[in-house]
Amino acid sequence: MSEISMTVNGRKVQGTVEDRTLLVHFLRENLGLTGTHVGCDTSQCGACLVHVDGKAMKSCTLLAVQVSGSEIMTIEGLANGADLHPVQAAFREHHGLQCGFCTPGMIMSAIDMINRHPEGLDEATVRAELEGNICRCTGYHNIVKAVLAASKEMAKSTKGKGRAKAA
Amino acid sequence: MYAVNYHRAKSVADAAKLGKGDAKYLSGGMTLIPAMKTRLAAPSDLVDLTHIKDLKGITVSGKTVTIGAGTTHYEVATDAKLAKACPAIVYLAGLIGDPAVRHRGTIGGSIANNDPAADYPAAMLALGATITTNKRSLPADKFFKGLFETALKDGEIVTSVSFTVPAKAGYAKFPNPASRYAMTGVFVTKGKDGVRAAVTGAGDDGVFRSKEIEAALSKKFEASALEGVKVPSGSLMEDMHASSDYRAALILAMAKRAVAQANA
Repeated sequence: MSEISMTVNGRKVQGTVEDRTLLVHFLRENLGLTGTHVGCDTSQCGACLVHVDGKAMKSCTLLAVQVSGSEIMTIEGLANGADLHPVQAAFREHHGLQCGFCTPGMIMSAIDMINRHPEGLDEATVRAELEGNICRCTGYHNIVKAVLAASKEMAKSTKGKGRAKAA
Repeated sequence: MYAVNYHRAKSVADAAKLGKGDAKYLSGGMTLIPAMKTRLAAPSDLVDLTHIKDLKGITVSGKTVTIGAGTTHYEVATDAKLAKACPAIVYLAGLIGDPAVRHRGTIGGSIANNDPAADYPAAMLALGATITTNKRSLPADKFFKGLFETALKDGEIVTSVSFTVPAKAGYAKFPNPASRYAMTGVFVTKGKDGVRAAVTGAGDDGVFRSKEIEAALSKKFEASALEGVKVPSGSLMEDMHASSDYRAALILAMAKRAVAQANA
C-alpha cells in the first residue's frame, strides 16, 4: 500500500492505494470521477485518456502511484460551471458522438492534439492523431468535424484574449 | 494484475540498489504494465526510473547524438535539433504507438524490452549505436540477443544511447493493421563504415541485419539496386498475420522505401 497525493482537476486529493491500483481505478473508484472510462483495458481504445501534467496519457496503463505528485485533468475538469470547454461545445454542435462511451477520451485527446498543433489542424492530421482513440459506433466523421471546428474556435480565442492553453 | 511493491528511484545508483531479485525496472510502462495486467509478467517489485532527471534529454554535438534512456518517444519525435541532424530517427519515433503512448514510452524502455516488432532496435542496429548502461558501454550489435533478450544483467540499467550521424539514413515500416507494431520495418544507413540495414518485426529471433540488403546497397545506394535481390525466408517469423515468404517480400519493399527516404 502507498500513500499517494495528486491534483485532480485543480483539487488536491490523497488516498491510500494498493501499488497495483491503476490510475483509472483511483479516479473512478476512490474519487468517484466516472467520466473516465475503461474500454478495451489493453491500451488501445483511448476511452481512459486523461491529461497528466498537461499531456494525454492512458490512465488504464498507469499505476496511480506512478503519477503521485502530478497534476491530472479529467473530462470532469473541463467545463467552467455551465460553460462547456470549446471542444465539448464543438462535439455537441457537430454531433461528435453516438453512444458516448468513447467521448471523454476523444475530447481529452482532441484538446491535447489542438495544444500540440498551434499552427492549426487539417483533416488528415486529425485522423492520424486519433490513432489511439477508437469509436466502435464508427462515428469518426463528426468527431473529426468537431475537432477541426474546436481547433479553429480555440485559435480565435487565443488570439483574442491571449489566453494560455486550455486545459 | 498481481500485487506488486512500487519503488520510486531517485537516482541511477538508487535504482541499481533497488533492482534486486524479482524486481523489474519500470520506465514508460507501455509494455510492462499491459504485460502485468494480463499476468504475463508478475514482478515482486517495480523500480520506477521515470523520475530520474539524469536519464532524460537529447544532445546533438556536431555529428554525435546522445539520447537519455528516459527520453520519451514524443520528445524524440519533436526535437528540432535532432530533426535536423537525423530526421529518420525522429520520423521513426513518431510512428510508435499513438500520441498518448508516445507521451509515456521511452527509448531506454523500448530497447531494454527488445520486442521483436519494436521500432527502436532496428534504428540502434542500423545506426551502429552505442548503448550505455550504469556498468558499461556496448555496441548495439552485441546488445540485442533475440526475442525480448538483451545483454543486460541483473541490476544493469540503460542510461543512454549515442550514435554518429550517418551521411544517409531512412526508415520504412509496414505496420500490422491491428496492433500497429511493425510487421516489418527496415532502417538503412550509409556512413563512413559502409551500409547497414536492420530489420525489425520479421526475424524469428528478433531484430537482425540483412546481409543481402547490405550487399546490394553497398554497390549502389539506390532503391533500384534492390531489384531482384533474394531475401531468404528461412529464419523469418510466420504467424496468423503473415507468412515468412510475405515477410521476406516486405523486407525488400520496406528497404526500397527506406533507401528512397534516405536519398530524399
